[in-house]
Amino acid sequence: MINLNPPLSGRDVKKLRAGELVKINGRIVTARDRAYLRALELLRAGKRLPLDLRGAVIYHCGPIVRKTPRSWQILSGGPTTSARLDRMQAEFVRRTGVRVLIGKGGIGEEVAAELARLGCVYLAFTGGAAVLAAQAIERVERVLWRDLGTAEALWVLRVLNFGPLVVAIDTKGNNLYIHQKRWGK
Amino acid sequence: MLPTLSKLDCMLTEPKFRAAIVEMLRRAETALPEDIVRALKRSRGRERGRIARLQLDCMLKNLELAKRLGAPICQDTGTFTFFIRLGSELKLNFDLKKALDKAVAQATREVPLRANIVDPFTRKNTGTNVGIEQPSVHLELIPGKKLSIDLLVKGAGAENWSRFFMLRPADGGKAIERAVLLTLVEAGGQPCPPTIVGVGVGGSAEVAPVLAKRALLRSLDRPNPDAGLARLERRIAQAANRLGIGPMGLGGQTTVLGVHVEKAACHTASLPVAVALQCWAARRARARLLNGRLRVEAP
Repeated sequence: MINLNPPLSGRDVKKLRAGELVKINGRIVTARDRAYLRALELLRAGKRLPLDLRGAVIYHCGPIVRKTPRSWQILSGGPTTSARLDRMQAEFVRRTGVRVLIGKGGIGEEVAAELARLGCVYLAFTGGAAVLAAQAIERVERVLWRDLGTAEALWVLRVLNFGPLVVAIDTKGNNLYIHQKRWGK
Repeated sequence: MLPTLSKLDCMLTEPKFRAAIVEMLRRAETALPEDIVRALKRSRGRERGRIARLQLDCMLKNLELAKRLGAPICQDTGTFTFFIRLGSELKLNFDLKKALDKAVAQATREVPLRANIVDPFTRKNTGTNVGIEQPSVHLELIPGKKLSIDLLVKGAGAENWSRFFMLRPADGGKAIERAVLLTLVEAGGQPCPPTIVGVGVGGSAEVAPVLAKRALLRSLDRPNPDAGLARLERRIAQAANRLGIGPMGLGGQTTVLGVHVEKAACHTASLPVAVALQCWAARRARARLLNGRLRVEAP
């Protein structure tokens, strides 16, 4: 299994090929619909995000959390449907410099092609395997934009052997989700 | 005689009812029914692809962890639909709807579950999983003094791929199969396959979707008792598993765990068909009134 330690360079992700297995050690950041919207609003207005996402790993996830005396605990945190964010995906990656998206269900083919050009790969984590994912989360480093709601906030997570992740869409145009288009009219 | 019977009715108090519903929600969210686990294991044995196997292994491992830790299987703890069969002679001395709402809010705090319910326009979250028409309740009146409650938990990943078709009556079974396959192909990996497919045939534009959802409550071990419908279920399932979508859409032979068809009578000029997909984490639970106590049966 390939080990990735973010922040990542373009070279790090361009080596990855569809079908390979990956685990992540280090920092990942959750984001979904409303976080994407807010991030794009800020960046379009020329403002900065509260954290640097260059080379970062974004995890499409809206977790179940519990408050602990000093921080938070993620009880259940599997991936959410990535394609819901498709209209924002390419612009988000271009403006932030994110190198890896983790989610489930894949992204649209056109979006996938744009991500490949931007040097960003898509990794699949088994949908619904939320406790398995939570087990690999060592701690919550920070949480930002909590006003968006627990599921929509940016959870900055320190993860240990987060995976197994499957390289589902690589930068060479390979896409494990394509087979499903074959069924004809 | 009569006094004894009414005493029996009163044994189901609001706190006991509420506790049973909370228990139902907790069990449904943290463990899957045996038939689903068995079907996932069977699929794991059949799949030959490395990635398909890995996805099923992760699902099975996650189920073990969720059970052991008492944590929700999936962070999308979904929305709740209660199918209630209520004996018309049974007297309850509390407000059933209010008790359900309270139980849902309590389970949301205690399990805990993710608060998913928002206003459709403002998107403001109620924080309790209770809102207008949420939880959703379908009440069926039956004779006598019985009471049974079925709970269906459904995440948005699968729910968002529900489809409704108004087919031509002359098209028949082939068109129903096509509608299901079209739904599955469009959905791809997004509803978290292998899915269970609920198909509601007939009724009307509001009946068919309810049938499709109710079909998801049936155990995978029980084909439709109608031989013709059982054949249709098998045929669609086989065709679906030839699509190649596979576990999580990453390719493989297991796209569906089963297809359940339910029917209702309809207008001579209509053929309504609703398709409801349930993700592999097919969460459901059941409770039945037995000797004045509401017993939670599954999983």
